[in-house]
Amino acid sequence: MITTIIYTIVCLVVLGLLFSVVLYLVAQKFKVEEDPRIDIVESLLPGANCGGCGLAGCRAFAEAVVNATSLGSLSCPVGGDVVMENVAAALGQEAVKTEPKVAVIKCHGTLDNRARINHFDGYASCKVMSTLYSGDTGCRYGCLGKGDCVEACKFDAIRIDERRGIVEVDEEKCVACGACVRACPKSIIELRPKGPKNRRVYVSCSSKDKGAIARKACSVSCIGCGKCVKVCPFDAITIENNLAYIDPSKCKLCRKCVDECPTKAIWAVNFPIMVPVTPKQEEPVTKTDNREEKI
Amino acid sequence: MKRTFSIGGIHPNESKLSREAHIEIFPVLDVAYISMAQHLGAPAEPVVQKGDKVKVGQVIGKPAGFISAFVHSSVSGTVKSVEPKGDLAANPVMHVVINVEGDDWCEEIDRSKDIIKEIPFSSEEILEKIKSAGVVGLGGAAFPTHVKLNPPKDKKAEYLILNGTECEPYITSDDRIMRERPDEIVIGAAIMMKALKVDKCYIGIEENKPEAIASMTEAASPYPGIKVAVLKKKYPQGGEKQLIDALIGRKVPSLALPIEVGAVVQNVGTSLAVYEAVQKNKPLIDNVITVTGSCVPHQRNFLVRVGTPFSKMLDAIGGLPKDAAKFISGGPMMGKAVANMDASTLKATSAFLLLTETETKRKEESNCIRCGKCIDACPMGLEPYLLNKLSRIGGMHDELEKEKIQDCIECGCCLYSCPAHIPLLDIIRVSKAEVMNIMRNRSAKQ
Repeated sequence: MITTIIYTIVCLVVLGLLFSVVLYLVAQKFKVEEDPRIDIVESLLPGANCGGCGLAGCRAFAEAVVNATSLGSLSCPVGGDVVMENVAAALGQEAVKTEPKVAVIKCHGTLDNRARINHFDGYASCKVMSTLYSGDTGCRYGCLGKGDCVEACKFDAIRIDERRGIVEVDEEKCVACGACVRACPKSIIELRPKGPKNRRVYVSCSSKDKGAIARKACSVSCIGCGKCVKVCPFDAITIENNLAYIDPSKCKLCRKCVDECPTKAIWAVNFPIMVPVTPKQEEPVTKTDNREEKI
Repeated sequence: MKRTFSIGGIHPNESKLSREAHIEIFPVLDVAYISMAQHLGAPAEPVVQKGDKVKVGQVIGKPAGFISAFVHSSVSGTVKSVEPKGDLAANPVMHVVINVEGDDWCEEIDRSKDIIKEIPFSSEEILEKIKSAGVVGLGGAAFPTHVKLNPPKDKKAEYLILNGTECEPYITSDDRIMRERPDEIVIGAAIMMKALKVDKCYIGIEENKPEAIASMTEAASPYPGIKVAVLKKKYPQGGEKQLIDALIGRKVPSLALPIEVGAVVQNVGTSLAVYEAVQKNKPLIDNVITVTGSCVPHQRNFLVRVGTPFSKMLDAIGGLPKDAAKFISGGPMMGKAVANMDASTLKATSAFLLLTETETKRKEESNCIRCGKCIDACPMGLEPYLLNKLSRIGGMHDELEKEKIQDCIECGCCLYSCPAHIPLLDIIRVSKAEVMNIMRNRSAKQ
């Protein structure tokens, strides 16, 4: 009885030693040399694995950063400049400042602005809906409101406003990873620079239809009239396919186009609302988001 | 023993409400909106301009590519405009809008009711006549018929198969033409046999149409090569691959055309159009459309000119029925919901179906219990639950391709059979389009 136990133990110990030697030799033979800095950089990254940098995940980004000669073309949208500075310090490289961006929805076809002409009773997904038909409004470019972007967002930064029938971006939470841009079958989401004090001016419409058709479908559509192009002192606005586009690198936020736009398709967000100065009211009232104002 | 296809299939309630309604001629309206995208492939190019006078049967659109077809005016009058208008999915498509003045037909069209049996034309002449008449497949996909009847040189057709199954619930337009115009359909089949140089033809008809079987059998009796085959009732028997399996027992390989197994499938409506094109010089300008639904007071089968708006068809049945909630062009299984009532009928429109809210209500989705009903129902032998799962993960295109998502015929059997009401087809269709796109890009690169 006791001999059986002894034999078993001896056998297992011998086997164990044998295998450990084999494993050690194999491990030496097939050793993968990995830069230890990759682990260090990865530990500095936010670990969201969102793919916003254009790479497969944080590990892939860390590898790319370590192998890159300069950090010019690489940046982590989630971590922003703070993380990139840490990464640059760890690697002994120069940090390159990037402009923080935010997702903007280029459509304001709310229920008030854009009448629904049919009811979609299929599976609630923009992708499914857009493969079947042009949408439940007269506009075939605008937001379908079924929330594929909401599902794609890992940061809970987009929500569907049921009352208005459109999606909204929470700019505090948005890290500009671009997941929503890829999820939107209508390509109406754009990553734009956040702008000074989060102020930015953009065309909140994606309709490429001709003026009359676009206007019939939605009261706040861009009709491609070109008034904004004429009024812009910085040549920042171009019109292509009946749709105006404001180049954020040229725009100086003068907001002349906002006042000029006949359909109010150009939006200026986070600007203080200037109330005419009266003796009683001297302080200008500041509103964080003037989108609410336009309901 | 009655034949049917070997795997999958379902038995939806057939609801052939309009099967006893004779074909009525739909009145010609004031304005016709003729779409240039009548067929699969490239839309036709308009060849008329604003202000031109056109006659019935005059060419107004010429083919813009190999897979494309002629479009003819279905009315006579003045061209009001050539402009993009919404199709039934409200996507803009080039339309020729014609103000109707009188009913003046082109001289070469034989409008008599005489049945001409002799076929004095050669195979090439037949193909040319079919091509110039703009005949397309009336089974649903509207594939240009002359392309189908002219297989590549290295492929040999052995069988012509006429599809008279009409397995979709509600639709009765094929049933009615088989009952009312069987001789013309059979001559159309003989013409196509001559064009294809085949001597065997099967006409597949499901057992729920005994009158059509009787009339077609009688009409086919003088032709030794043409046989009427009675099939068991099962959806989707009208699918090309399913019908070939049911009639000649051959399996069409994945992504291949029926010609690979020596078969050419044509709808009975197409056969009638071929007869009219070859023997009567009449282009495809009208087709039989069933207007039906439980909420419709009088079920009708209309012979409608191409380019009639759906909204005008509502007027013909006495206005919008009170409880109608959904309009479908085609049958309930594979038809398309009409999002734009101003859209007009196409050559291949087979039915205009009105459903009530209770009939169309989607039940709430619950979890997959792995019962396998969708696998039993799939006529292509796919695993819809798996395709759904892979699609929802996102980015699993390689895996989906391995699971043969590209073979899906979008018949809807999986969705119909799912006890958990999972919108399988909706999700599979999106992924299928993505996978097909990837495969096309890949083959374009090679």
